Amino acid sequence: MSTFLGMPGHLRGVESFPRAAHRGLTNATQRHNLTHATTTIRDKRAAVVAELDDWQELRAAGSAIKRDVLARLPELLEQFEAAVTARGGIVHWARDAAEAGAIVTDLIRATGETEVLKVKSMATQEIALNEQLAAAGIHAQETDLAELIIQLGHDTPSHILVPAIHRNRAEIRDIFLAGMPGVDPDLSTEPADLAEASRVFLRTQFLRTRVAISGCNFGIAETGTVSVVESEGNGRMCVTLPQTLITVMGIEKLLPTYRDLEVFLQLLPRSSTGERMNPYTSLWTGVTPDDGPQEFHIVLLDNGRTRALADSVGREALKCIRCSACLNVCPVYERAGGHAYGSTYPGPIGAILTPQLTGFESADDPNGSLPFASSLCGRCNEVCPVEIPITDILLELRHRKVTEYPPVPEATMMQTLTQLWSHPRLWNAAAGMVALGRVLGGRDHTITSVPGFLGGWTSVRDVAVPPKQTFRQWFAGSEAQHLLTAARRGAEGEA
Amino acid sequence: MRVGLFATCIGDVMFPDAVKATALVISRLGHEVVFPTEQSCCGQMHVNTGYQREAVPLVRTYTDAFADPALDCVVIPSGSCTAAVREHHVRLAERYGDPALADGARRVSTKSYDLAEFLIDLAGVEDVGAFFPHRVTYHASCHSLRFLRVGDRPYRLLQAVADIDLVPLPNREECCGFGGTFSLKNAETSAAMVADKARHVSETAAEYVTAGDASCLMNIGGALARQRAGVRALHLAEILASTRAHPWSPTSAAYTKEFML
Repeated sequence: MSTFLGMPGHLRGVESFPRAAHRGLTNATQRHNLTHATTTIRDKRAAVVAELDDWQELRAAGSAIKRDVLARLPELLEQFEAAVTARGGIVHWARDAAEAGAIVTDLIRATGETEVLKVKSMATQEIALNEQLAAAGIHAQETDLAELIIQLGHDTPSHILVPAIHRNRAEIRDIFLAGMPGVDPDLSTEPADLAEASRVFLRTQFLRTRVAISGCNFGIAETGTVSVVESEGNGRMCVTLPQTLITVMGIEKLLPTYRDLEVFLQLLPRSSTGERMNPYTSLWTGVTPDDGPQEFHIVLLDNGRTRALADSVGREALKCIRCSACLNVCPVYERAGGHAYGSTYPGPIGAILTPQLTGFESADDPNGSLPFASSLCGRCNEVCPVEIPITDILLELRHRKVTEYPPVPEATMMQTLTQLWSHPRLWNAAAGMVALGRVLGGRDHTITSVPGFLGGWTSVRDVAVPPKQTFRQWFAGSEAQHLLTAARRGAEGEA
Repeated sequence: MRVGLFATCIGDVMFPDAVKATALVISRLGHEVVFPTEQSCCGQMHVNTGYQREAVPLVRTYTDAFADPALDCVVIPSGSCTAAVREHHVRLAERYGDPALADGARRVSTKSYDLAEFLIDLAGVEDVGAFFPHRVTYHASCHSLRFLRVGDRPYRLLQAVADIDLVPLPNREECCGFGGTFSLKNAETSAAMVADKARHVSETAAEYVTAGDASCLMNIGGALARQRAGVRALHLAEILASTRAHPWSPTSAAYTKEFML
């Protein structure tokens, strides 16, 4: 999925969005799976959000708290570091994926272990931690059910919350039969049976593994508390059973105070799984003697976040709490699928976050196509629990892309249209000539095929020939004057 | 009222009948329609494709065309063009224009309204005296629904039309897949979206699908025509301009009709 041009990571695909989307669009099984899953989740979300009278106020509060975090990030990070350290945790700082990978690798090597457990984590996927560890001879076992499906199937995640959303039960059964050691060959496609198979497999891992790696939903600057919000309880096992726990946390994941969880633990479950509350919320602070891991490390990851923070429009994307509500309502995501984005972060949030984390490296950078992977329908803006103006940021990134790398011949065409549309006489003359386009329509006045960049339009649509008369020609003529004058007089006559 | 009419570039040269109908509906309510010929395009395509600097001369053209303080308002028969004017013009002028343009854009953009907004909020009518004895479904375009937040205004206007058989569109919140240059840059995804929209339109067994945006209708109607689905796309204004005295048909109306799919 990703190229390793020096820096490890899963933030850039190998081909542009339209090319990658072609595969998703033509995969009927995936289309069906995604439509079913996203429709179900968005209906659930809509129902639980409608229960709250103060949902808009909660969103505003969530946005305000995250803006405050971004405005005071250096100070809050230092406060967090001090609090974690005071409670016996050890804080590490990583500028990029390679640094983070090296830190985690060294920490695991120091324990002498070669097997580690993982809690579902976007940050570790972003930095390709599993691959970095594998290169060092360390096997990282995913424990989230969906991540397990991905890992056993040698697949890549396609959704922030439900990494295997593109798979159905029959496919999952096949993946388990092919890749899960000791699985019952008579495994059915019943969700309970599939869950039981993974439970049996994972339980042995939990009981024998001494090191676990987690991500983090929220880090509390005030107390140094770290939290993981999940549904299955596998995360809870990982953060309590092993001797050593290593957490990788993006630096934007902070909240100033413990009390701020009040807002986010209402926003996140309702936005992500469509539940009033998620089943498991684990919170831990440093090390507690004789209870849980006795060694706790936290790696604070930048990896492009300060670059995004520097942009006054784009930085709003750093408010994201990874709920995936924007994916579930996005008509483009639903059809193209998450793999088309080439990044750990698919969907609308991925289209604005990924290019900001990586920048545009060239005119053909696949990430340069991501801001254009939207019809700007705006549903994402409405469901975002922290009010990220996603379509505004898409427009800003499109602006940045065409400014840094003006596309040929599009930029020239746009400039020509600007000339035409900002000189009324020129436009008046040009508009008068559109009727010439009628020749394209033939006998039934319908255009069915046009060449070049417009060809995509007529591949699935007919177009009526241009009118004999433009509106401006009609308005200047006698029919318009008689009709409109009479209509107005009629109204006055009535009055 | 003296009402400035912004035809929009696509309405002017591709779908003049929708603009004629808009002018007629406004005139029937007793208002004067003014069409400044200096107008051209709102700049939406430029902004949505990333060309913010290149959009500034278009903001100036629009602002100048409708600067006359004697115009009480500007009416636009397009939700997305109205949204472009109201959401982007001042921002563009402030960023890449000059303070005078920003000032002018603020004055003109705040008096710019989508047709449904104008009829209900400014003219104060729901029943414009229309007659349309056909089965119709309404597509709430994304810009009307989520950016302008016109709410149920277009629906109220349609409900007041005599003899109309108005049927709800399944999955009404979903985009038709047009998205301006999105439909060219991501043509396959756009095709998948409009296929679903066309299917939902067909499910209603309507004869016409209507909307307040010629561009969405060009997309949905174009796909329906290609599929030989037997449903026509028709601008809201044309339904509102159809009366018992001058009933609309695909080939005749109170005004000279152009060919339609």
